[in-house]
Amino acid sequence: MKLFYHTGKYFLLLKRVFGKPEKISVYYKQILHEIDSLGIGSLGLIAIISVFMGGVITIQSAYNFTSPFIPLYAVGLGTRESIVLEFSPTIISLILAGKVGSNIASEIGTMRISEQIDALEIMGINSAGYLILPKIAAAMFINPFLIVISMFLGVLGGYVMGVATGACTSYEYIFGIQSFFVPFNIYYSLTKTIVFAFIITSVAGYQGYYTSGGALEVGKASTRSVVYNSILILIMNLVITQIMLVG
Amino acid sequence: MIEIKNLNKAFGDRKVVNDVSFVFETGKTNLVIGESGSGKTTILKMMVGLHVPDSGDVEYDGRSFTHSSEKEKQEVRKEIGMLFQGGALFDSLTIEQNVAFPLDMFTEMSSEEKTERVNFCLQKVNLEGRNKLYPAELSGGMKKRAALARAIANNPKYLFCDEPNSGLDPKTSLVIDALIKDVTLEFGMTTVVITHDMNSVMEIGQNILFLYKGNMWWQGNNKEILTTDNQEILDFVYASEFLKQLKPRK
Repeated sequence: MKLFYHTGKYFLLLKRVFGKPEKISVYYKQILHEIDSLGIGSLGLIAIISVFMGGVITIQSAYNFTSPFIPLYAVGLGTRESIVLEFSPTIISLILAGKVGSNIASEIGTMRISEQIDALEIMGINSAGYLILPKIAAAMFINPFLIVISMFLGVLGGYVMGVATGACTSYEYIFGIQSFFVPFNIYYSLTKTIVFAFIITSVAGYQGYYTSGGALEVGKASTRSVVYNSILILIMNLVITQIMLVG
Repeated sequence: MIEIKNLNKAFGDRKVVNDVSFVFETGKTNLVIGESGSGKTTILKMMVGLHVPDSGDVEYDGRSFTHSSEKEKQEVRKEIGMLFQGGALFDSLTIEQNVAFPLDMFTEMSSEEKTERVNFCLQKVNLEGRNKLYPAELSGGMKKRAALARAIANNPKYLFCDEPNSGLDPKTSLVIDALIKDVTLEFGMTTVVITHDMNSVMEIGQNILFLYKGNMWWQGNNKEILTTDNQEILDFVYASEFLKQLKPRK
């Protein structure tokens, strides 16, 4: 029954979040601020993880392709497909659910327990809209860029590590990443990214907004945000994949 | 003028506010006093719409607030300034940005006009020159003053102060009390102060509502409170042995 209660409460919050903004210019500034805070602020972490994971995927692919019937350019092809289809949109989103999601939940939760949200309400401001909408809009806008950068760096990391370790030659890798390219996969990947960005920010916003108590509850809200975000991302990953690649 | 009419509120089985009615007068500092747990903050929260009363009404200059639509409530709230117990300043904004926040949201002032208004409000609370500091860099008293500056920035008709002196030393408390009294007089606001600080009662208690166990127990002003025979008030006013010795004899 708790599941239904929270689902209902979440959608009621979303109704408030998408209410008419008091002043568009203030929200616009907030969105730009959140793009910088949530998006640009995560770029370093995403870059490091993507380069290393790309390298590891390449080495593991080469390690597993032992049959003489499999050409070595398949290493580049496998790396590209793994990164574009799953690693960048899903794993990076799971990492963002940890970094950005816990950040949002703790920020809004602290504002709740220190009466800052009450202050907004008493001023006549739709606090849910003011606090959560710019984060949702910013993440849905900036995350696809982050994921495209992640794809590029992942493939680049694979190239560097593949050539450096002798897993494949430069020619084979480049030939591999250019082979059998399906543009729809990018569309599928970015669609997942946008859905995950919405989930990360709205679920974290929900957890933070309804925090009550003190520092302990803020910590719990932050943890809950990461847990629920991760589960929802995995479920939606399955649903979107079924709909877009199979159905 | 704000009028509360027959307000009732219970949390579960526990009755917190029991049929309280009172008129908060314009241009005066109206105090709601009482022991901890007497229902003061609950009344304040019902007055600003953070709690919904079980029954009764709150009227702002004759406009019903409790039974109005959310849109009408938003309009009334734009005329309200509130000083929270902990200040409730926005951590991520400087003092200047905090004070300018209601102006950014609800006015079409130019940036020069906003700067002028922010400086005026900060000067009013003796915080001129602190514009660029963040709340974390301020002392408790300075936070309260900055929060007061934000509360009056948009020229509110109604000012609410929740325990404005809690956690402050007696000298700083007097400064805050004086500021509240000054801005009330200067801007002709209806000010409601929730407190259990007897210094505040004596300094700014022009119209006092005394609550006892959620009931309206007594009303008067800071002169009358010293001479009342009401035992619960006497216990509240002369709580310590030291004060009992200072009690005026009839």
